[in-house]
Amino acid sequence: MVTLCILVPFILLLILNLPFKFLNAQVAFWLSAALFLIQVLFVFIHSWLPWSNYPVALGQFFKFKLALDPLALIMLFTIGIVVFVSLLVAKGTITTEKRKFNFINLLLVSLIGMNATVLVADIFSLYVFVEITAVAVFVLMAIEKNRFAIEGTFKYLVLSMIASIFILTSLAFFILACGEISFAGIHNAFLANSNIILLNFAVGLFLCGLFIKCGVVPFHGWVPDAYSEAQSAVSVLLAGIVTKITGVYVLMRLFTSVFVLKETFGNVIMLIGVISIVFAALAAFKQNNIKRMLSYSSISQVGYIILAIGCGTPLAILGAILHFFNHAISKSLLFVNAAVLEKKFESTDMSIITGLGNQLPVTNTTWLVGLLSTAGIPPLSGFWSKLIIIIALFNAQRFAYGGIALLASVLTLAYFLFMERNVFFIKTEAAQEDKGGIPFSLKFCEVLLAAIIIGVGLGLPFILNSKILQLKGFLH
Amino acid sequence: MALDLILLFALLLSVIWTVMTVRLVHSVVGLALTSAILAVIIYRLNSPLAAVFELSVCSGLISVIFITTVSFTQRISKDRFLIRRRERLLRFLYLPFIIIVVGLLLVKYLKIPQFSLPLAAGVTNVRLVLWHMRHLDLLGQVIILIAGVFGVVIFFKEPNK
Repeated sequence: MVTLCILVPFILLLILNLPFKFLNAQVAFWLSAALFLIQVLFVFIHSWLPWSNYPVALGQFFKFKLALDPLALIMLFTIGIVVFVSLLVAKGTITTEKRKFNFINLLLVSLIGMNATVLVADIFSLYVFVEITAVAVFVLMAIEKNRFAIEGTFKYLVLSMIASIFILTSLAFFILACGEISFAGIHNAFLANSNIILLNFAVGLFLCGLFIKCGVVPFHGWVPDAYSEAQSAVSVLLAGIVTKITGVYVLMRLFTSVFVLKETFGNVIMLIGVISIVFAALAAFKQNNIKRMLSYSSISQVGYIILAIGCGTPLAILGAILHFFNHAISKSLLFVNAAVLEKKFESTDMSIITGLGNQLPVTNTTWLVGLLSTAGIPPLSGFWSKLIIIIALFNAQRFAYGGIALLASVLTLAYFLFMERNVFFIKTEAAQEDKGGIPFSLKFCEVLLAAIIIGVGLGLPFILNSKILQLKGFLH
Repeated sequence: MALDLILLFALLLSVIWTVMTVRLVHSVVGLALTSAILAVIIYRLNSPLAAVFELSVCSGLISVIFITTVSFTQRISKDRFLIRRRERLLRFLYLPFIIIVVGLLLVKYLKIPQFSLPLAAGVTNVRLVLWHMRHLDLLGQVIILIAGVFGVVIFFKEPNK
């Protein structure tokens, strides 16, 4: 029945493009908004659905091998929320109807790609759907067709293709060494310990590709350009979920439940993670543009997730999953805030947008929630995931890594407070030119995401123990 | 062995030409040539089906699409052509030397660990695998085509900024 997570968006995509006049951007918006909300709801009610365990005619026709586990559920939930928010931001920021319609169609393509990436159970299909997501995002990024956006797209395209070459080559080696491409088959090949040199070589190549897709230091060249030059709604989508699913989730899935590796690989991943955390946090200080600063912050936070995956203990993996969710939500919120500023002042340059004071109360408040959560201040959700990661590192005797992760948190807080002071608190004579009001959809996104951050922060013990997300089940 | 070496060397030359030439049409021809040489190499590696695919799609179909796209562009003036050519030569002047030096160093110093490669599992019919076992990947192909169509609509149908 999980097949529907892929087929329903696909069928909606086909319906929207039938040659009927009433299928305009407005109809497309409401239908896809309903679909995204149903996906969020699906995560909570899937086990109660009466037909969830029975194959229906559809399932017999489409022989897809998919697997739904707690990790996939959390990912589906996160994808649903971020894609919904991106849709609302697009409603408020994209001006022409035609462009809005194209945006929604490509959003559906990227949703299919991400859902399938999360649900597939073999490594080749995983690659296929990672590429589908990437292709949809290349086109989305260039949707505004201005020079800088196209430059950002081109950088992302070239580096993403290099990553694909690495991944595709490693797939060939996996097929050679294991004889099959299902996750279970590759796992068994690792356990049987045959062709281990070939397998390790394949893992190394795959890892190189994934690091580029994750955008971690030193493979991060495309991230600031791509995130900051894309249209606001696309920035939310790209920073909020796409890089996380196509890079970080794949790393998490393969390194926790498919590959069985020596400690060396874990050490390499941890080293890359910690370099990303520190370097990107330092680079964020130098930025003058809000979106660029958020991009570097994103690289730094992805570093935390990678660090936890490299550590590899069950507690660290729990921290990685939680931080994945928290980071997706808080970064989406911050990019929505940036979209509000961009809409109002037609710029995200901190030398232009400064000393806003109480001009934008909703944006100011939610902005603070987002950045404090990212910096790991209690009781917001980001605090718990960082705490779990740091405790896991100390428990695994990785004191240096734990210490650096802890100190880098302070750095994060520092550059965010610097940005907050510049944009909102500083007193200035120059008044900004107000270019227009803020659409309700943007304000709604800000409040929704801030509520999720506060809600998850306050209710985390309940969420951890509940049957809904079954995080405990993942640990066993 | 000698034929393989000649083919690989020809492949390298056509790749360098593809990158270094100024005219887009020449680049497309270079790319098609590269694909054709690659197809021969793949054929010699006992994968006739893959070779045919490489030759028909990469060397044939894609070249046609590229040339169609290039035909939409305007020819640059003689002066700008000369400037471009000089810039490009200066930028890529070292490329062939770097490739040769790196190649020689690899041949001399790279020690590939000796282990026997496992034989690939024999698949009798690729088409059977594609149509009966890889439904999900086929769906993926359809979706990627749809994304491509939207790309074309956005890039070519809407007016430029």
